Amino acid sequence: MEDKIRHVICPYCGCLCDDILIELTDGKITGVENACTLGAHKFLDDGGNRLKGPIMRKGDEWVDVSYEEAIEYAAAVLAEADRPLLYGWSGCVTETQAIGAHLAELIGGVVDSTTSVCHGPSILAIQEVGHPGCTLGQVKNRADTLIYWGSNPIEAHPRHLSRYTNYADAYFFHNAFRERRVIVVDVRKTPTTEIATEFVQLEQGGDYHVLSALRAILRGRDDIIPDVVAGVPKAQLIRVADICKQAKFGALFFGVGVTMTGGKYKNIRNAIEFVDELNRHTKWTISPMRGHSNVYGSNEVFTWISGYPFAVDYSRGIAFYNPGETTAVDILARGEADAALIMASDPGAHFPRICCEHLAKIPTILFDPYQSATTHLCTLQIPSAVNGIDAAGTAYRMDGIPIRTRKFLETGYPTDTSLMQQIYDRIREVKGHA
Amino acid sequence: MRELLIKNAFVIDPLQGIAGDIMDISIRDGRIVEKVSGTSEVIDAAGYLTLPGGIDSHTHVCGTKVNFGRYMSPEDMRAGRTPRKGAMYPTSGYTVPTTYGNSYRYSKMGYTTLLEGAMAPMEARHTHEEFAATPMQDMLANTLFDGNWSLFEAVGDKDVRQAAAVIGWTLSAVKGFGIKLTNPGGTEAWGFGDDIANIDESVPNWDITPREIIDTTIKACELLHLPHSVHLHCNNLGMPGNYRTTLQTLDIPSDLNADRQTLYLTHAQFHSYGGSTWRDIKSEAEKIAGSVNTKPHVVIDMGQVMFGRTMTMTADGPMEFRLYTLHHNKWSNHDVELETGSGIIPVYYSRKSLVNSLMWAIGLELALLVKDPWQCMLTTDNPNGAPFVKYPEIIGLLMSQKYRNKELAQVHKLTTERSSLGTIDRELSFEEIAVMTRAGQAKALGIINQGKGHFREGALADVAIYPIRPDKTDPSLQYEEVIGAFQQTLYTLKDGVVVSRDGEVITGVANRTFWANPMLPDDMDVMKSPRFVEKFSRFYSVDLENYLVQDEYVQRGVAMHTRIT
Repeated sequence: MEDKIRHVICPYCGCLCDDILIELTDGKITGVENACTLGAHKFLDDGGNRLKGPIMRKGDEWVDVSYEEAIEYAAAVLAEADRPLLYGWSGCVTETQAIGAHLAELIGGVVDSTTSVCHGPSILAIQEVGHPGCTLGQVKNRADTLIYWGSNPIEAHPRHLSRYTNYADAYFFHNAFRERRVIVVDVRKTPTTEIATEFVQLEQGGDYHVLSALRAILRGRDDIIPDVVAGVPKAQLIRVADICKQAKFGALFFGVGVTMTGGKYKNIRNAIEFVDELNRHTKWTISPMRGHSNVYGSNEVFTWISGYPFAVDYSRGIAFYNPGETTAVDILARGEADAALIMASDPGAHFPRICCEHLAKIPTILFDPYQSATTHLCTLQIPSAVNGIDAAGTAYRMDGIPIRTRKFLETGYPTDTSLMQQIYDRIREVKGHA
Repeated sequence: MRELLIKNAFVIDPLQGIAGDIMDISIRDGRIVEKVSGTSEVIDAAGYLTLPGGIDSHTHVCGTKVNFGRYMSPEDMRAGRTPRKGAMYPTSGYTVPTTYGNSYRYSKMGYTTLLEGAMAPMEARHTHEEFAATPMQDMLANTLFDGNWSLFEAVGDKDVRQAAAVIGWTLSAVKGFGIKLTNPGGTEAWGFGDDIANIDESVPNWDITPREIIDTTIKACELLHLPHSVHLHCNNLGMPGNYRTTLQTLDIPSDLNADRQTLYLTHAQFHSYGGSTWRDIKSEAEKIAGSVNTKPHVVIDMGQVMFGRTMTMTADGPMEFRLYTLHHNKWSNHDVELETGSGIIPVYYSRKSLVNSLMWAIGLELALLVKDPWQCMLTTDNPNGAPFVKYPEIIGLLMSQKYRNKELAQVHKLTTERSSLGTIDRELSFEEIAVMTRAGQAKALGIINQGKGHFREGALADVAIYPIRPDKTDPSLQYEEVIGAFQQTLYTLKDGVVVSRDGEVITGVANRTFWANPMLPDDMDVMKSPRFVEKFSRFYSVDLENYLVQDEYVQRGVAMHTRIT
């Protein structure tokens, strides 16, 4: 039997495209329309690749365990831990993230999301100087000038340009694509630089310098700019500053190319202040290209519950936040954590070796439907229904728009929301009796 | 069956005309009843002031910009931390506390109902998610229409019925309560970095004016029979000389509703400035209050400023940018496509600043010069003028000329000559305060029949018992006792359950979300309008089918159905 499901939300990246069409044949995903390659494979590769149930490491072997045993083990480990780390959260729904934050509070642990290895520096900059942003539709309808800085959307967020920026339908333009200018700033040529009307190639680590030069030019001080700044000729800087000033509506998008290079959050602060400065002339906004589908949701949920967007340490009974100290990588690198719960992310593939070694030493409970690099480090892996396929819930797009993902398959897997709730309830019960 | 008897209460219930009788309040299963059995649980109120639960008709506590205020301000989170205590989760934040922080602190002050002042329809799920995490109060969300393109089209066509169709559909779609207009037209202009300086100026790219938006929206609101009136944040907020815009705006509506006001003009303080620059700015509160006094169909709220640090947050994006250029503090902005804008910056209101001192004086002047307390609600536009925990001090100021004069002596010395505050000898009574903090709100919001704001039989048993005996207190002299009493109830009851006692939240009762659900005839169904659907699919960045807020977000929703005539 064939079935077509419309308006499905893609749970892959922060674009949260919500126009996906899924073809089902006999209850299996056989076709995906409208999605990019990354999103399509999220759906198409799902079948047959999931763990059938929880697996626990016993000596050198994996043993199948029941969900009840898995929950009992997870609750016992977390309840007994002195310095538990609850990390990940960017691929699950806000309903699960909220339980995670409350669980961290209940056990005096640390809750941190993948933000801390991604756009954490952007948040630190925003906490210093704020964030002039907007929803993506505002850019789509109004922007005549776009900047992608340290970001390669054609490969990392493939539909960003077609849904929200350069190629999108615009209310205020007849032929938006022809009327828009795209400035791409990067250290190397990428597929995105190919479509740029202006490619600014800077030297590795030169972002701060180039932003400072642009700000000086905007303030009428091009006389102090040297002939070349971080590999960029002065003439091009003046041209770029002029294009930005002439824009009716400009939007700057930046990626981890700026957050994770030398200077980190100072680069972002400079970029935000560049946009602040531009707003004295015309309208500009700036937005981070958030990676995972619901990483922004984790920041939102943790903020309304704890007051802080990530790296929240409850060991003192209050919410304490000090990125660099209370971030997952730092806690693991110092060998502090004595138990870890990893939700819907893959630190095994992204964290420094020393952190992975520590995760392998301590009881590590992984929530992931699929085998990942972290599987090799963990003690227990619990597969759950996949957000956006067989589980529904709230996800926040990279611009803060909350969307409800759709469940269109019935697989029998429990949701991570229900599993986390059971762990939370079990620990409360244990603590209540203690 | 759960019964409770509150004995010896000094009850002020303005909606029933009870102005300080010692009486008993009987409660069964969360509602006020005539009497309960002799075996019910008893609270002895011992002659203490007993009021219906507090209602805040304009506050910012949940949603995108509130949360962004927290997100960008770890320094504010550090300023208000409390650990877990009993049933209370840990909280953070002083000016923009976490949802639990807001909820516990309001509960401790006797508040059981809050209206979130500004929800962008497109971001409604966020507001509803935070409502679910604000456990001690029933919640309502005013929904932003100031830059709504479909509404603009109806306004351009001078089609009130079409405007009503758009508004009705949107409120149902996003589970919103009332209509909020924030700087109507100005937030759309801000899409290209502009603003609107005059209610008769055309909105850029749209052949309509703020006056037409306000007028059409008010008529549409009344056609829909919404519980609440249009809730308006005027153009030109915070600008010297803006009182002219405010006066012109107050003249727009005629009296169209017998049960409540036709226009709710919010944070009037920010809209009552004379002069033409920051140097010659002065109070025009007398003119604004004078206009309100001649218009029984208008209600304002104070938007009182109190000195100290706070966070400003509003859908009025251009205003926040102007504020940024004055303060050079961190600035956030968040325009919402086809709908509205928003901005946030932290500020410090200083007694040494003439402008800030005048703001403080003007709010008080308005509350004292508007003759009928049913026409002026007590608010700070939390947290814009001050965090809501300052309400008790405002009550003290309104009830005591001595306290006012003492404070007036501490502020910028030009305040006395540029405002009338020092010349006003009115001191509000406990009854007037009860009107301005609950009864008036219930009437203005149109939720009296939902059992809010009074102790009539069948009402929701939301009760606040304050540790003060009005018959043994002279607020004019004992203002410190008054302030202390309003800071912390002896008991706060919600739905007949003691939820907070002596400043500590002891339990929660599942909260409700009130939302308006206008039942529209088929010819008003915008989903059947090709123009609406096409515009939506071409220019919004989400699918129409994913825009509609699902029932999961209002699991304890109370839909207020209305029919058009």
